[in-house]
Amino acid sequence: MNIEKNNRTVYWNPYFGGFLLGILIILTFYITGRGLGATGALKSGVVAVVDAVAPTHAANNAYYSKFIPEEKSVLDSWLVFEAIGVILGAIISGGLSGRIAWKIQRSPKITNRRRLIFAIGGGILFGLGAQIARGCTSGAGLSGMSVLSTGGFITVISIFGAGYLAAYFFRKNWI
Amino acid sequence: MGPLLPNGIIPTEWDSLIAILIGLVFGFILESSGFSSSRKLAGVFYGYDFAVLKVFFTAALVALIGMYYMDYLGYMDLAQLYVHPTYLWGAIIGGIIMGVGFVSAGFCPGTSLCALAIGKIDAFAYVGGALIGIFIFSELFTLFQPLYDGTFLGNVTLMDTFDINPYWFVFIFTLIAILIFVISDLIRKRTKKQVYN
Repeated sequence: MNIEKNNRTVYWNPYFGGFLLGILIILTFYITGRGLGATGALKSGVVAVVDAVAPTHAANNAYYSKFIPEEKSVLDSWLVFEAIGVILGAIISGGLSGRIAWKIQRSPKITNRRRLIFAIGGGILFGLGAQIARGCTSGAGLSGMSVLSTGGFITVISIFGAGYLAAYFFRKNWI
Repeated sequence: MGPLLPNGIIPTEWDSLIAILIGLVFGFILESSGFSSSRKLAGVFYGYDFAVLKVFFTAALVALIGMYYMDYLGYMDLAQLYVHPTYLWGAIIGGIIMGVGFVSAGFCPGTSLCALAIGKIDAFAYVGGALIGIFIFSELFTLFQPLYDGTFLGNVTLMDTFDINPYWFVFIFTLIAILIFVISDLIRKRTKKQVYN
């Protein structure tokens, strides 16, 4: 029991994880010519739902219509399949380490309700910001930096800069 | 010579299967590195855990150095790779909004998918929020469009923007990263530990 409990918090050495992730990025660029992404799949999800519920509205909106292909489904995209893979990979890793469990992870100093409100709020901001910057920490940050994209570096500096500046106001959630 | 799919060396029918396999390894690495834990991720902003910084910059540097070697040895043509485009103000303002979202929720979209996969209910809330954020942006697109499409500088790299030698840049960037890793360890030792899993 004790071993199992401890095992859950044992993660890889960050340099080892980073090294493997770097190799994966090389492999991804080598095979596909593009990098990794995460928000793209969520965007496809939103476009697919809007297109199903209100197809005329989606076709008339200058943003949705960019991402509705003529001949195939909105969800038939590289990033959607990649995101499905991410979820499967995390289930395998979490399963092997005994980390799969329903729970709300939070600091003991805050309530579940507060945690969920800040998680939703943070999600809204990240979803919005990732559209404005045309990519999130994966697509703009990790993949952008790997090919020395100027925009990728600017976005990463902005994310971490704003995070550090705003950290004081959110400290109760974490420390 | 790579990239393989754009050059027709691997037929495009394999596209979706390759996407799932690459995603699978991506998710496995993120989860095993502890990125399914929002408290671990948020540690980078408070000095009690710098795993995000270490994994993120190690990965970017390994990828950079590896791809420059592959280009040098003739295995891959860097000029054919997709370069994330630079829309100056979009990158800055979008980044700032994401930064506030990051410290509020302790997730970015990729890590939230890993957390959701192992049953974190706060990650489901986060992904729901992100979908709402994307929906808001799309519905108000005409309002955001000047920012989204404005100040376009092209699919430029740092070499185009600052006219620097990429090899020197990668070398100096590596030294800076190592320095940051050392400093982050010093900071972590002086910061109060947080207990979480």
